[in-house]
Amino acid sequence: MKDFIIPDRDFGTPAAKSKQMVTLNIDGFDVTVPEGTSIMRAAAEIGISVPKLCATDSIDAFGSCRLCLVEIEGRNGTPASCTTPVAAGIKVHTQNSKLKQLRRGVMELYISDHPLDCLTCSANGDCELQDMAGAVGLRDVRYEAIDTHFKVKDNSGVANPNYIPRDDSNPYFSYDPQKCIVCSRCVRACEEVQGTFALTIEGRGFDSRVSFGAKTDNALSSDCVSCGACVQACPTATLQEKSVIEIGTPERSVITTCAYCGVGCSFKAEMRGDELVRMVPYKHGKANRGHSCVKGRFAYGYASHKDRILNPMIRDSINDPWKEVSWTEAMDFAAAKMKGIQTKYGRQSVGVITSSRCTNEEAYLVQKLTRAVFMNNNTDTCARVCHSPTGYGLGQTLGTSAGTQDFDSVEHTDVAIVIGANPASGHPVFASRLKKRIRQGAKLIVIDPRRTEMVESAHIRAAHHLALTPGTNVAIVTALAHVIVTEGLFDAAFIQDRCDWDEFQDYAEFVSQPQNSPEAVEMLTGVKASEVRAAARLYATGGNAAIYYGLGVTEHSQGSTTVIGIANLAMMTGNIGRPGVGVNPLRGQNNVQGSCDMGSFPHELPGYRHVKGDAVRDIFEKAWGVQIDPEPGLRIPNMLDAAVEGTFKGLYCQGEDILQSDPDTKHVAAGLAAMECVIVHDLFLNETANYAHVFFPGSTFLEKDGTFTNAERRINRVRKVMAPRNGYADWEVTQMFANAMGGNWTYTHPMQIMEEIALTTPSFAGVTYEKLETMGSIQWPCNEKAPEGTPLMHVDGFVRGKGKFINTEYVATDEKTGPRFPLLLTTGRILSQYNVGAQTRRTPNVAWHAEDVLEIHPHDAEVRGIKDGDFVRLASRSGNTSLRATITDKVNPGVVYTTFHHPDTQANVITTDFSDWATNCPEYKVTAVQVSPSNGPSEWQEEYAAQATKSRRIAAAE
Amino acid sequence: MSLNAPHEGPHAKLIYMANQIAKFMESKPHAEGVELLASHINDFWEPRMRRHLFEVLDAGGTGLRPLVLEAASKIKRPALAA
Repeated sequence: MKDFIIPDRDFGTPAAKSKQMVTLNIDGFDVTVPEGTSIMRAAAEIGISVPKLCATDSIDAFGSCRLCLVEIEGRNGTPASCTTPVAAGIKVHTQNSKLKQLRRGVMELYISDHPLDCLTCSANGDCELQDMAGAVGLRDVRYEAIDTHFKVKDNSGVANPNYIPRDDSNPYFSYDPQKCIVCSRCVRACEEVQGTFALTIEGRGFDSRVSFGAKTDNALSSDCVSCGACVQACPTATLQEKSVIEIGTPERSVITTCAYCGVGCSFKAEMRGDELVRMVPYKHGKANRGHSCVKGRFAYGYASHKDRILNPMIRDSINDPWKEVSWTEAMDFAAAKMKGIQTKYGRQSVGVITSSRCTNEEAYLVQKLTRAVFMNNNTDTCARVCHSPTGYGLGQTLGTSAGTQDFDSVEHTDVAIVIGANPASGHPVFASRLKKRIRQGAKLIVIDPRRTEMVESAHIRAAHHLALTPGTNVAIVTALAHVIVTEGLFDAAFIQDRCDWDEFQDYAEFVSQPQNSPEAVEMLTGVKASEVRAAARLYATGGNAAIYYGLGVTEHSQGSTTVIGIANLAMMTGNIGRPGVGVNPLRGQNNVQGSCDMGSFPHELPGYRHVKGDAVRDIFEKAWGVQIDPEPGLRIPNMLDAAVEGTFKGLYCQGEDILQSDPDTKHVAAGLAAMECVIVHDLFLNETANYAHVFFPGSTFLEKDGTFTNAERRINRVRKVMAPRNGYADWEVTQMFANAMGGNWTYTHPMQIMEEIALTTPSFAGVTYEKLETMGSIQWPCNEKAPEGTPLMHVDGFVRGKGKFINTEYVATDEKTGPRFPLLLTTGRILSQYNVGAQTRRTPNVAWHAEDVLEIHPHDAEVRGIKDGDFVRLASRSGNTSLRATITDKVNPGVVYTTFHHPDTQANVITTDFSDWATNCPEYKVTAVQVSPSNGPSEWQEEYAAQATKSRRIAAAE
Repeated sequence: MSLNAPHEGPHAKLIYMANQIAKFMESKPHAEGVELLASHINDFWEPRMRRHLFEVLDAGGTGLRPLVLEAASKIKRPALAA
């Protein structure tokens, strides 16, 4: 189904949501549509495309181009069909001699100020202006072009003051004002779809021009976040992807899923041959509804970057240069090493790390490798360091280790709490949808140490910003519960019906204790009690209330406790089980949900079933023909501890860079260095590969088939659009390795792996590639009870039976500030970069973020003599590094902030090995640090860079 | 009462982790807390980790919070290394 193209018809205006239906007659045909539908859309529903330029169905009707005029019997004039709603019984004519003449006149005026270079224009073949000129039968332009916007010089050779040269400042698209017809589609897309308001129309009448904000701004220096919505909306070549300018128009498209964040946007990969021309957000994608961000839309260049390793490599020692070998030789080498280790040190001495970036099928095979071939449960995944507390906390309270809603749910939300997440940077397409809802009047509560874009941005202001001290989430969440309980704002009927009432009584008694009141915790959290009280009242009484949270919740020593507290809040206010409410973890990586679902954790088999269960093991023992170890295996931090101790010696690590992404880099490096065989399976020689003995080159999401599961449990298809440059899809590589170890696997397509998953895992029982083909996507659970999947969880009852309230006692982290380390460092991410940056650093996205910087409050900077842009030394109990400072009041005094996208900075040299009590998820978000002026990279950074350079050497072929 | 800082003694980190779990379980009704502490360690701690925990327990359990000591009899002693 590689070239399966679903036509993306443009209906001109958005769908109306009314349930009231209206029947009218258009050009002699009766049509019945929801009340509020435009005449243009009603016509489109029966296949009649009224000519249009300024209308497109991603944005509200505007009525400026006057091309879509129609006549309505009994009404005066010729109204615009885009702005005129349907009415019962009206008779509409979209085509008659009067309308034809009017439209032709409109087109003549447009074309009189437009260059006629269609043949060499980058939009040739993909231009709505060209199409409309054809549609209205324009054969002649009577007006002579004297004053124009497109001539560089006027007829006498003098420079034309109206001519604005092309703006190529954005790395991905160009803005060419001479092609602009001022339809405002770009301005409206920026406002309505993206919510950034970077674009505007300056001037009036003939002087009207699209502008990136101030006169001095260009596309790159403006507020533009390069989401591509304007490029998508532009009907001409004015806003155009540079890739199209360079390559030409695509000839086919393949629907696939973005491989960046957990939103899981659907895209059309538009191809010419096997060259990717552009990625365009897919209108019918249920996660993104036709929107995208700079990463998914544009940052795919890493797939063809020169740094990609395309041949397998081996070496005996990490001090040797790499040697390129054949796949067979690499497999034999790796298998011999791992077998040798198991013989010498025992069955439990090796393990795997599955990838949250690879497909479900690939994650499934990697955990199967350890369980069925290595014969132990030593498997873990990146979720260990991000959302493992979500799995634990939601599993304990609600019964399912996943979010409760779909993203469409936000359209029904009246109050949103965003805690420990900055969706505008981390989950931008969801942020756009949330912002849209807020502009419609929903209220927002932000709980975050930083003043993020969600707190205040164009036409968005949070009702409450609880700028807490890092590490005090549990205190705040419990204080919110205190207010709700003591002020009687809880939903007793819901609790009695859906939860265990006695447990709630215990919980109510616990949170009501005076030490949990907002006033009592004010000193700890730094948040005014009155703000906490107001936020709690708003959440409990403001209508449909939803909680969205991210790694600012989970990556703490009490991460699991905060997740439990969040579930408690939702249950006690009855905000579970219908649209607009719920508990919504914003998952970090594209398939972190899927990798967890697929049994990547060392204690559970696919479908979150503990390995101790005889019945569960029996299913897999029969399917795989092996005995499964009933004891839990090692988690990533435990693997590293065991390695340092000398009992864990071999690791197969797929698509994950633990050296850069895991905390306490020195400890990770010591663990890796102590192993005898580290196999890295990745696109690039990542940081972990500096300690590897075997390198299997990986394939990108464009080069393989499979599925990703996003934060809303949505299983989306990933489709192969080109052959793997390294020769094999990742699932094939894992299979080759398993077979070299004696696995006897015989999969020929990921579809067969999904069949095995469906066969063994109840929540996936109804999932097949055929169903994904027809439905587009499926939200698990999908089985006999829910054959079409489950958009909303816990509708009639909780998965675990009764919702469980669990006490959430605040325990301060032991990572404390003191005289040596007086500041608290918290970490996060930025829009243009992704995770450790292995992909995005290898794209032009570096134009926005070329290095990690340290945000520091003016007071803290001043007492240290630090100026904006200075190099500073950032030190903690674990280590130190250097980076540049930026002075901002986004952070409170006493708090500093940085990102972890660049290996040169290695923010994780600083982070400690404190971790969540329940899951060992590292405490990335709180580190006591000192900041001091510095004149360059630290000694550690220089040593690290030298080691990395040495380790990355590849021996020249003989 | 603070938890011990990690990195002191060979099993310090393990003691610290056990105490962290105990801290959470201490806010539950006592019997339930003992039960859940034991099952949490049984469910999530690989045998190597439990073996080390028993080394600490067998040596008197110095540094462990009382709830861990109380739950010890319900924690599964791992079989000898496979």
